[in-house]
Amino acid sequence: MTDSMITARGLRKKFRQNSGESFEAVKGIDLDVRKGEAFGLLGPNGAGKSSTMRMVASVSPISGGELRILGMDPAVDGPAIRGRLGVCPQEDNLDQELNVFDNLYIYGRYFGLPKQVVRERVVELLEFAKLTEKAKSKVEELSGGMKRRLTIARSLINRPDLLLLDEPTTGLDPQARHVLWDQLFRLKHAGVTLVLSTHYMDEAEQLCDRLVVMDKGVIVAEGAPLDLIRTHSTREVAELRFGAGEHADHAEVIGDLGERVEVLPDRLLVYTHDGEEVLAKTHERGLQPLATLVRRSTLEDVFLRLTGRTLVD
Amino acid sequence: MTAPPTTPLLASDTTQVQPLGPGAATRILVLRNYVVYRDAWKLFITGFLEPVFYLLSIGIGVGALVEGFEVGGNEVSYATFVAPGMLAASAFNGALLDSTFNVFFKLKYVKLYDQMLATPLTTGDIARGEIAWGQLRGSSYAVMFLLVMLAMGLIESWWAVLALPAVLLIGFAFSAVCMAATTWMRNFQDFDKITLVQLPLFLFSATFFPVDTYSGPVRWVVECTPLYRGVVLCRELTTGAVSVASLVSVVYLLVMGVVGLLVVRRRLDRLLLT
Repeated sequence: MTDSMITARGLRKKFRQNSGESFEAVKGIDLDVRKGEAFGLLGPNGAGKSSTMRMVASVSPISGGELRILGMDPAVDGPAIRGRLGVCPQEDNLDQELNVFDNLYIYGRYFGLPKQVVRERVVELLEFAKLTEKAKSKVEELSGGMKRRLTIARSLINRPDLLLLDEPTTGLDPQARHVLWDQLFRLKHAGVTLVLSTHYMDEAEQLCDRLVVMDKGVIVAEGAPLDLIRTHSTREVAELRFGAGEHADHAEVIGDLGERVEVLPDRLLVYTHDGEEVLAKTHERGLQPLATLVRRSTLEDVFLRLTGRTLVD
Repeated sequence: MTAPPTTPLLASDTTQVQPLGPGAATRILVLRNYVVYRDAWKLFITGFLEPVFYLLSIGIGVGALVEGFEVGGNEVSYATFVAPGMLAASAFNGALLDSTFNVFFKLKYVKLYDQMLATPLTTGDIARGEIAWGQLRGSSYAVMFLLVMLAMGLIESWWAVLALPAVLLIGFAFSAVCMAATTWMRNFQDFDKITLVQLPLFLFSATFFPVDTYSGPVRWVVECTPLYRGVVLCRELTTGAVSVASLVSVVYLLVMGVVGLLVVRRRLDRLLLT
């Protein structure tokens, strides 16, 4: 049992709204996160990922079910749990009134760490986040990617056993995302358990050993990214783009070419073991797509299959 | 390519996190605010000068036209009468600055308290730390003002030594209640309401003229307002007119501060631990 970082059974979160009605953001989910793994919560906006993350971060009281973080009950041992967590929230909530160095230093002191220890760690973390030259800069002078790196560095000041990352790369340009992924990989190799929520399937595929797919407050699938793809999708996907409004009609013509066809507003997705063959047969049947693409199945396809909707809307 | 930096988590230091006790947590929050203001100490000058200007213009200037008043059986000059009023008001205004606008900014805009709650800090720690900072800011103005009073010969009694804890108490009471009120503010326009209370309190709390100028119920109302309790307490201490009745003000301000602190804590729970 000591290997269990997070255990949730029938976990629920209800919010009372201004209208007096209550809204259930998390509707009874089970989670098991083991030591050293990178665990993902994948789902669209509003799936309940952030609510789940906040409950795990021990700042949001649970509305039902059972939750244990590092073997402790967040309702009772909140401060002790938070002392061993690193939290990287969705929005950077850096201390705007402090410079880069002091952001890390003061945050470290909130954990009750001695001055000297915090100072040494700050120097080291600035190096890790590639922000050493920016130590005396104000937060507002940093780029989006730098702020994110600083937020992640900050979440490491207490040497956390469990690192929670809520949408870590949302809003970053591709280069900054790759820098961040590299850092997360290094943390994982150092033995830190990562829990991250994301609505980017490539991020989940890259980083997560195991993930749950959430939709409307429930878990709709669970497993390793490749297993999920294998179970819920085909090896390849042929994407075909036709003129506006023609997709539904053409779907009927080529519906039998793959195992399944999805009609999206701007394209058709044909799920198959051989994408090129689908394209060839489409041409044989007299259809002339404006653009075509054959690609591997991704978690996006798994999500589409399970919920009938795309992840990013 | 330079070698990648060593992963922070592999470093040799293995110091464990020790969640802070309430006192230590309060000190760290005060430290955080101190670091913010360390390079902006000039902002403190205006807050310090304001009561000095009032003292010079009204206490000394207008005072030349006014005969003294009797405080606790002693005749005192008008400047000696006004100065302790400004002393209490400086603690009041200073405490108000941080516990209203600045708290609102941290709570609603920069989400500073959410950041703190990701650490072992609790809403109680935040309430205590922020109130303590507002208290210290207000008291620091008051202490400087007390020195001005001393230099100008406006202190009549050794009881004035207790004006130090008195201004700390005034700072605490107003810092706590103002922070509590701030948790209900929705936007910066709502702060007009605070100004609407602040100015009359400053002008009518027996700061510039004795409370017996009022008659009947108006006087009772004034005597029940918090800044009045602070003003008379300071006045009793700096003029030496201390009596058992002075304890009424002490208890009043203490209760006000404690209630404010408890309300702030509850409100932060409600607003932040959702």
